[in-house]
Amino acid sequence: MIRLLGAPFAALGRGSTTLAEGVGRWGMLTGQTIQALRHVDVWLRLLLPQMARVGVDSVPIALFIAMFTGIVLALQASYTFTGAIPLYFVGVLVGKTMMLELGPVLTGLALSGRVGANIAAELGTMRVTEQIDALETLAYPPVAYLVVPRVLAAIIMFPVVTALAIGMGIFAGWATSIQLLDMTSAEFINGLTLFFVPFDVTFAMIKATSFGFMVASIGCFFGFTTEGGAEGVGHSTTRAVVVSSMVILVLDAFWAVTLL
Amino acid sequence: MAIQIRDLYKSFGEKEVLRGFSVEAREGETLVILGGSGSGKSVTLKHVVGLLTPDSGDVVVDGQVVSELTSNELFKLRRRVGYVFQFAALFDSLSVAENVGMGLRRHSDMSQDEIRDRVTECLEVVDLEGFEERFPAELSGGQKKRAGIARAIATRPQYLLYDEPTTGLDPVTRAMIDQLILRMSEELGVTGIVITHDIDSAFRVADRFAMLHEGRCRFVGSPEEIRSTEDPVVRGFIEGRPELMEKAQ
Repeated sequence: MIRLLGAPFAALGRGSTTLAEGVGRWGMLTGQTIQALRHVDVWLRLLLPQMARVGVDSVPIALFIAMFTGIVLALQASYTFTGAIPLYFVGVLVGKTMMLELGPVLTGLALSGRVGANIAAELGTMRVTEQIDALETLAYPPVAYLVVPRVLAAIIMFPVVTALAIGMGIFAGWATSIQLLDMTSAEFINGLTLFFVPFDVTFAMIKATSFGFMVASIGCFFGFTTEGGAEGVGHSTTRAVVVSSMVILVLDAFWAVTLL
Repeated sequence: MAIQIRDLYKSFGEKEVLRGFSVEAREGETLVILGGSGSGKSVTLKHVVGLLTPDSGDVVVDGQVVSELTSNELFKLRRRVGYVFQFAALFDSLSVAENVGMGLRRHSDMSQDEIRDRVTECLEVVDLEGFEERFPAELSGGQKKRAGIARAIATRPQYLLYDEPTTGLDPVTRAMIDQLILRMSEELGVTGIVITHDIDSAFRVADRFAMLHEGRCRFVGSPEEIRSTEDPVVRGFIEGRPELMEKAQ
């Protein structure tokens, strides 16, 4: 009976220990990543290809999501404001929401699926097929070779992709407003600029940079610590996407609390 | 130039894999370590290049205790050691030539032309000339293994560690890899450790044998000595007679 009652607490304890251990090991990998920055000769030539993979290849999915988000935002704003608030406030809502929230967060979530999963699966496969061991035997520091270029590429490219997504979302909102709503371009742009402050852009870029770092470092962490065969790679990939998505949402709230 | 494994202990969680394993690979010889699946042969080999750290005991290479080396010293040591992985461990995203030249690009002052020539030379040694531009996914198991050997010898190491070099290969490829191991030893004076449970191959390449059983060294001796041993565990293993091994338990 006592054992039965204690089971949930035991499970909670085990879960907390696993979480603390995971965070600690991720912190260690992050520390090693910072140390590995000194091996410029190893990671520099790998940075550009990774930037292309993380950034350029992610642009279509980010723009696709942003376009439909912009359309829906404009239509929902118009539906909500009807009769009570001037319609040019559609521009305010589309601009502010895309910049402060949906642009960075939706792009981050989409890229956690695309980039985070890709990194975890690739490094996980390299781990279970001993390719990471092989790198070490060839005297390559594996963190400098594998982790640093991916994390740097994500830090650099997430803001770029996010900026493009924000632009696309606003463009889609504008196109929807002038085509489907009874608005002119001037009204939309008037609304867009009404409460705009340059910090909105800074805020979006801070969020995107932090999301990029977290998605890449979490993907690398789960890839590096993969155990077992194909099943292990599958587990790592799923966990990388789930954990980085959750972290994006937590960071999103953190930045709102600390910077707004 | 020798590799000494001294009283090595290694556990993974509850599982004790090595329980005081000691053996020495002398300069210029090829030592074959025999043992069943899961007996800790690969774990032993990984200690030699510092991929694993022992719970206790030492691996000494050229007088240096591997577990006490700094990361820079470990990198220097690894430049002198070639490692042939069980499943080749070629980098999927790189061509065969890039794989083979990888170690050279990292720690040699060779020009691109010199690297290309060395890569071609190594691929010729393993009978893979013309495969430079292929990717690992386009190679058969035997070709991958040979490419792995080419990568290991490209830096002209003093030591070569072979993890199951002939497992899963056809007889012709096995014989070819055995000849290659012999050439490395005879022509280049490389000190080699081969871990395998392929008995025929082991007898072709071994200068000496060691048998790893239940985490410890059960036997060390020459090919003649292992053939004539009365130890039922060793005999049972090399003759493929599990009843002998069971009787000895």
